[in-house]
Amino acid sequence: MLRIEGLSKTYRTGDKALTDVSFEVPAGQVVGLIGPSGAGKSTLIRCINRLVEPSAGAVHLRDLNVTGLSRSALRQARRRIGMIFQEYALVERLTVMENVLSGRLGYVPFWRSFLRRYPGEDVAKAFQLLERVGLTEHADKRADALSGGQRQRVGIARALEQDPELLLVDEPTASLDPKTSRQIMRLILEICQERNLPAIINIHDGIRAQSFTQRIIGLQAGVVVFDGPPAELDDKVLTRIYGEEDWTAMRRGASEDDEEDAREREERLAGLV
Amino acid sequence: MTETAHPTKWKRPPILIRDARWRYAIYGGALVYMVLAIGSVEVNWIRVYEGLERGWRFIQGFLQPDFTTRWYDIRIGLIESLTMTVTSTVVGVLISVPIGIGAARNLAPPVVYLVCRAIIALSRALQEIIIAILLVAMFGFGPFAGFLTLSFATIGFLSKLLAEDIEDIDEAQAEAIRATGASWWQLINYAIQPQVMPRLIGLSLYRLDINFRESAVIGIVGAGGIGATLNTAIDRYEYDSAGAIILIIIVIVMAAEYSSSHVRKWVQ
Repeated sequence: MLRIEGLSKTYRTGDKALTDVSFEVPAGQVVGLIGPSGAGKSTLIRCINRLVEPSAGAVHLRDLNVTGLSRSALRQARRRIGMIFQEYALVERLTVMENVLSGRLGYVPFWRSFLRRYPGEDVAKAFQLLERVGLTEHADKRADALSGGQRQRVGIARALEQDPELLLVDEPTASLDPKTSRQIMRLILEICQERNLPAIINIHDGIRAQSFTQRIIGLQAGVVVFDGPPAELDDKVLTRIYGEEDWTAMRRGASEDDEEDAREREERLAGLV
Repeated sequence: MTETAHPTKWKRPPILIRDARWRYAIYGGALVYMVLAIGSVEVNWIRVYEGLERGWRFIQGFLQPDFTTRWYDIRIGLIESLTMTVTSTVVGVLISVPIGIGAARNLAPPVVYLVCRAIIALSRALQEIIIAILLVAMFGFGPFAGFLTLSFATIGFLSKLLAEDIEDIDEAQAEAIRATGASWWQLINYAIQPQVMPRLIGLSLYRLDINFRESAVIGIVGAGGIGATLNTAIDRYEYDSAGAIILIIIVIVMAAEYSSSHVRKWVQ
């Protein structure tokens, strides 16, 4: 599905962000990309859709070599790759609906997007996605009128409006409170499952990532230092990625959060009865 | 527990000029120059005394403005000025938008950037009155020269501020739109325009104010409008008519200022 070969990125300042990164993502797999901040996680996922131009190496999306594409061909490749951002990155002065429909920009001609005259099926899809993320009644509100969690839901709907074959997710919960974070994370995972959608999710919190992804890739200073199932991510590996920490205490904290989360869900269900 | 003695005095370290000698030399030099410069200004006190009387008559003209005697000329001047103001602002804004986009480093390729920045620099380097004198020489007296002058000046003003606003946008929003596979035009329409539109509207209204005021000034060098009428009135020592004209200008500028600040608040 996605194949990355020998990807390297050196910024003009001389900072080496990525060094010889290679891995493959099969269809339907959700990969957690972990590492401390500055490890090159954001650069890596931005190299996949070439928001950042890689210095060396190749990215293959199915049979398509993304790194060799011309500008117009790159546009066509980008629309197959949905992206969800850390600070939502919604266009704040546009309505929620416009933000969701902007996921179709790669498909429609300029005049349609300019006049906001999207084809009927695009509009229907947008409404369906807003319903899926629970924001139907907010469609005509300006994006900056929403709360953080709601904005990220719009971000998710925008990415899905593209009909993506691959989802790139950059620290989706970094600016949200713990409870909303868990809800958003769960929503993303549910959607990936529903659509058998492969995803690469950047997340600095390794222990968190362990509990919901099928595979973990650990980056440290731009180099892949771990690639395997979450179960193999033990204290030794975590220490190699992040440096010395009290992992047992961190795990305890994470499982307490999960328990609280489960309790909340039960209470909500009980309230419904 | 042992208390260590902490200093009770703290002085802000000098940040701009570290060396004390340099600091005093520069401050002292500036002071000496200022004293000498003020001393070199020659004031002819007798002339000032004579001028006081003329100034007093001018002020009296304000206190008893005469709107009626020259009303026909004032009316024509006003209509010319307002026409000049509105047309030059509209044309100026229309030309400024593409130049402003071209002069934004984050959107335009280097060649386009340099060309657009050069146009802006040229427009800003030449003061309105200088352009007006040149254009009056080229196109003759009257509001057409004024219209061209104000359009030209608007381009320098608006393009520069628009370009700076575009360079200051939230890049994350543009990045997200780019990631959807949007074309360059779609990027402008979806990521840039929503972010800069309120400021563009605000600046255009502000420029409308400025253009009206400038139309009064460039009229004095022959570019038509209310300035020409004002100049004629002063030349004829009709300070009461001049006072009336200046009062009308003040009222119009205040009305424009007041309404544009309202519109700016509304588009935010």
